[in-house]
Amino acid sequence: MRAFDYIRAGSCKDALAEAETPGTAFIAGGTNLLDLMKHEVMTPARLVDISRLDLRGITLTDAGLRIGAMVSNSDLAADPLVRRHWPLLSRALLAGASGQLRNKATTGGNLLQRTRCYYFYDTAMQCNKREPGSGCAAIGGFNRIHAILGASDACIATHPSDMAVALRALSAEVELLAAGGGRRQVPLAAFYRLPGDTPHVETVLEPGEMIAAVLLPPAEGGRQIYRKVRDRASYAFALVSVAACLRMETGRIAAAALAFGGLAHMPWRSAELEGALIGEAPSPALFDHAADLLLAEAKGQGDNDFKIPLARRTLAAVLAEATAEEGARA
Amino acid sequence: MHVTLTINDTKHHLELDPRVTLLDAIRHHAGLTGTKKGCDHGQCGACTVMVNGRRINSCLSLAVMHDGDAITTIEGLGTPEALSPLQAAFIETDGFQCGYCTPGQICSATAMLEEIRAGWPSHVSETLDGPALPTEAEIAERMSGNLCRCSAYPNIIAAIRLAAAEREDAA
Amino acid sequence: MTREMTHAMTHDGPDTDHRLDGMAQGVLGRPEPRPEGALKVTGRAVYTGDQQVAGMVHGALVRATITRGRVTTLHSAPVLEMPGVLAVIDDARLVRFSGQGATTKPPAGDAAEVVYHGQPVALVVAETLEQARHAALRLRVDYAEEPGAATGPEEPAAEVELPEKKQSVTGEPDAALEAADAVIDRIYRTSSMSSAPMEPHASLAEWQGGKLVLHSTLQMLASAQGQVAAALGIEAEDVRVLAPHVGGGFGSKLGISPETVAAAIAAQRLGRPVSVVCSRPQSMETTSRRSETLQRIQLGADDEGRLTMIGHEALVSNLPGQKFSEPVQQATPFTYEAAHRRVVHRVARVHRLLCASVRAPGESVGATAFECAMDELADKLGMCPVALRLRNIPKLEPGTGRPFSSHKLAEALTTGARRFGWEHRHASLRARREGEWWIGMGMSSLVRVNTVMEAKARVTLSLEGSALVETDMTDIGTGSYAILTQIAAEMLGLPMGSVETVLGDTDLPASSGSGGSFGAASTGSAVYLACLELRSKLAEAMGCPEPELTLKDGHAIHDNRKVPLATLMGGAAMQAEGHLIPGEAEDKARQATWGAAFAEVGVNAVTGEIRVRRMLGTFAIGRVLNAQTARSQALGGMIWGIGMALTEELVHDARDGHIVNRDLAEYHVPVNADVPALEVHFIEERDDWAPMQAKGIGELGICGAGAAIVNAVHNACGVRVRSLPMTVDKVLAGLVEIDAEAQ
Repeated sequence: MRAFDYIRAGSCKDALAEAETPGTAFIAGGTNLLDLMKHEVMTPARLVDISRLDLRGITLTDAGLRIGAMVSNSDLAADPLVRRHWPLLSRALLAGASGQLRNKATTGGNLLQRTRCYYFYDTAMQCNKREPGSGCAAIGGFNRIHAILGASDACIATHPSDMAVALRALSAEVELLAAGGGRRQVPLAAFYRLPGDTPHVETVLEPGEMIAAVLLPPAEGGRQIYRKVRDRASYAFALVSVAACLRMETGRIAAAALAFGGLAHMPWRSAELEGALIGEAPSPALFDHAADLLLAEAKGQGDNDFKIPLARRTLAAVLAEATAEEGARA
Repeated sequence: MHVTLTINDTKHHLELDPRVTLLDAIRHHAGLTGTKKGCDHGQCGACTVMVNGRRINSCLSLAVMHDGDAITTIEGLGTPEALSPLQAAFIETDGFQCGYCTPGQICSATAMLEEIRAGWPSHVSETLDGPALPTEAEIAERMSGNLCRCSAYPNIIAAIRLAAAEREDAA
Repeated sequence: MTREMTHAMTHDGPDTDHRLDGMAQGVLGRPEPRPEGALKVTGRAVYTGDQQVAGMVHGALVRATITRGRVTTLHSAPVLEMPGVLAVIDDARLVRFSGQGATTKPPAGDAAEVVYHGQPVALVVAETLEQARHAALRLRVDYAEEPGAATGPEEPAAEVELPEKKQSVTGEPDAALEAADAVIDRIYRTSSMSSAPMEPHASLAEWQGGKLVLHSTLQMLASAQGQVAAALGIEAEDVRVLAPHVGGGFGSKLGISPETVAAAIAAQRLGRPVSVVCSRPQSMETTSRRSETLQRIQLGADDEGRLTMIGHEALVSNLPGQKFSEPVQQATPFTYEAAHRRVVHRVARVHRLLCASVRAPGESVGATAFECAMDELADKLGMCPVALRLRNIPKLEPGTGRPFSSHKLAEALTTGARRFGWEHRHASLRARREGEWWIGMGMSSLVRVNTVMEAKARVTLSLEGSALVETDMTDIGTGSYAILTQIAAEMLGLPMGSVETVLGDTDLPASSGSGGSFGAASTGSAVYLACLELRSKLAEAMGCPEPELTLKDGHAIHDNRKVPLATLMGGAAMQAEGHLIPGEAEDKARQATWGAAFAEVGVNAVTGEIRVRRMLGTFAIGRVLNAQTARSQALGGMIWGIGMALTEELVHDARDGHIVNRDLAEYHVPVNADVPALEVHFIEERDDWAPMQAKGIGELGICGAGAAIVNAVHNACGVRVRSLPMTVDKVLAGLVEIDAEAQ
């Protein structure tokens, strides 16, 4: 780990002021940042500790649920309101990491996890994310965990968060604070960026900006399902995950929001897919069509080709479960 | 930097490089080597301690971030002469072999049982609102953040169930 | 004053006396808790990395980032100017990878010559751990690279050797296969694997007046002492190695590792104690691994399932010049009967991390693949897989005609089948479905060669009525503390609490060390022999023949006389050394341990995810010394079988051979949730050809258990995966194919 100056922020204002110095990073739970700093994949010169800031509340408002950025993953998963109205979020959180990590990891930090790739983590390997312009060793290397959607010639890494996949399906927004008092609200859909030829820029967060909260719109009725496929029964990243919020009315799909993990540089959502479901009666053919729409542009890299059929089948199973008559669920 | 950590009810005033992790502070600076380093990256759970009652991977936290926190390590749970119920249960069921992951397993299990008491659901819970129970499946899922390469897992579950049952009986 | 004696025994033949069965204390075999347990559960057991001595500084290894070539320049100057940095060590004695087990030959030195990507080339030492780690990452290294090095065993550029002693042909295998009623001819693959003990490789070196005191996490101390001495160019007696607690080894700590030598050199250079604890990636990429294997298995059988031909060809890999090659076919010659046989063993020379022993080298992968092929044959014949195996159990060792020391495979199979409920298995595929899950059952035989090693131990009987057992044996989780204590307590008639066992110090008599499942029987026998000697002297004093002497609860008993032990000791403590010497027994009889594994799995019909629902193993290992620690060893072996079958693969980048997943997030050892309820049953037996009638248990579980899972997956969903681990991508490919056919 490179040596750094440590500053504990007493307030958001202090934290934002400190962050104006170049080379500064915020640290909250630290479960991803310290992991990367130990490998010197990330080498901030200054760390501003925001873990004690008063951003821990979970409050119900007319606009929905406001989740403070410092709420831990375990507190969020166990929150009674979340469990009752946004069970998808609880389920996604509980499918991620381990009990210990969920106790430490925060809501804001979880969203800002760096994408996962063996070659990004290994400083002996080429990586455009670590060193822009150096090349991508994952292309042509071992790429079983890598992206099949939205990847570029510069980067094929995937976003590792389960929580973010659920938030994407729940149409969450992110509240950002900037030095000087600026405050803006960004839909999660617009928060993440695809790699393109600047894979080192993963979000629209400006230097010095900080996540203050995540905002969930009021829960729609219907079923919420999170399904994660991974290499172990627990404590492993998703190969493919599907988050679904789906409401049926008189035998037809009235509302559908679906987000996918393990497939892309960010939690993936397809308006086309959702549009094709609305107003339709569930059937295997419909689910197959939905998968066609999701995967039309999918491209495997060799080792990850299996994610295409895996995503197709997992999506169909989730849709079948979400649209099944009450009591008919497996 | 100056940091005060309360470890097992004893205050430790330490002068630390900000890079020192909570794990290394406990081991090298406070001299409590019961907490182990297995991976140093939050991938094995050997370094599990409780901070203000909650289990965390002490390797993925900076000591300076815990100034003033109350930390419980394996040494604070019991001694060879006065074992905690979980420690005794691990011996009884042979819940370890080489013993290296064991302090982390026991710290993790101690806090995990509190999480169950608090009604926290898990990935394998049938419903999110039902009572949480220390069944085999629940314990296995909730303890999956603690690797054991000797693979004492069945005996670890047996130990935790034994200790949990004893506590129920006592309650 | 202490009276000293020695009892040496060369193990030349069977022992039918079964002396241990005549002892009175009644502790041997019982599920006694581990004596060191309280230290381990309270964090008081001190492992290598826990050692802290005054003035200690920290070292961090630096890794090569090329596959093949030579270090031309280490840019040490900028690093030496960094805060706290004390030295950059690039000594020619630094070693490139770990040593092999049971040899005093050190691993290759001259670490500047790079033979694999990830090889340590230097050590940076600094006042603090943080400073050392950072500086090591910043050390710039220039290389003269040699392009074109083969990194994969199947690359055309990889040279392939056929070691003469590992090839054999009996009869006419090709003709036999031609004439067979049923034929299986398949390729199976197993992956490169990591031992991945929870305690990373670590050493603390300190020089005391020209002598090296080395705390190092190792399995076999006496040979490691020799390796260190040879690597450093000093005498073995000038090295003392200590390892009272070892956090797992699984083969990776049989020999010394690069950090051992590096710590010693740095400590000498700086005149200060130097601690080098490998990071997890270093622990995985600078030590040793299990070779990947490609196995072609040919089976010919008549229509009643009698094997007529067995062919087992293997391709494994190792670095150029290395003698070790994964002994894939070790049990193939004697497990099943067949008149015509062929064994072909190829070693590809590749520039990847060294291959060495990982838990059960040979059968772990060899028996696993073979037992998959047996299942395919049973399928082809329409025969019960258990019946097929029962039909082919040889009476004498095929080829040599030697007797088996004991052969309990049939009993292991039938007992296991009965206890598991094998009769509920559906012979047809895809016959049981629960929701999205296909459910199926599978089984396999378990087999592992058994061996003993030379071992010494010292036992001292005090006038106070307590005993001290001393040997350089290690306890790597295997239960050495427990069983050695039990053997002495049983033989000397003392309660467990009156026997203290001290291990892990080369100043003590040299034991077998821990590895190859030989530790308990070998070093246990040394303790047994020392105790036998003490019993002889006590019997002499008692005035009776030794076999008639009863020792119990600190008293000697003969006829109607019962006296405290001290009254027979002539006012002095008594000490004896036991010495077991391997003899002709191993040549006269084929020794092996036997068992069977049964598994029930669920395969998700949508995703191909596999969940082991329950598993049962039967184990015939001779005398069980401690029912609890033996059971734990059996459980561990079976769970390693789960890992091999489902999750574990050390991935090498095809371009440069480097290990891609060199951490515990991406190298998937099974977690708690991967492991179902497991049952272990021991088949009661005494193997007269094994000293104390006891054999090894640490490895048998992994020697086939994975096949039970592979076979169960096939039974469940009809997908036959021949490349391990069976990750979802592989199962899914089969499911997609089957679903397409169904449409």
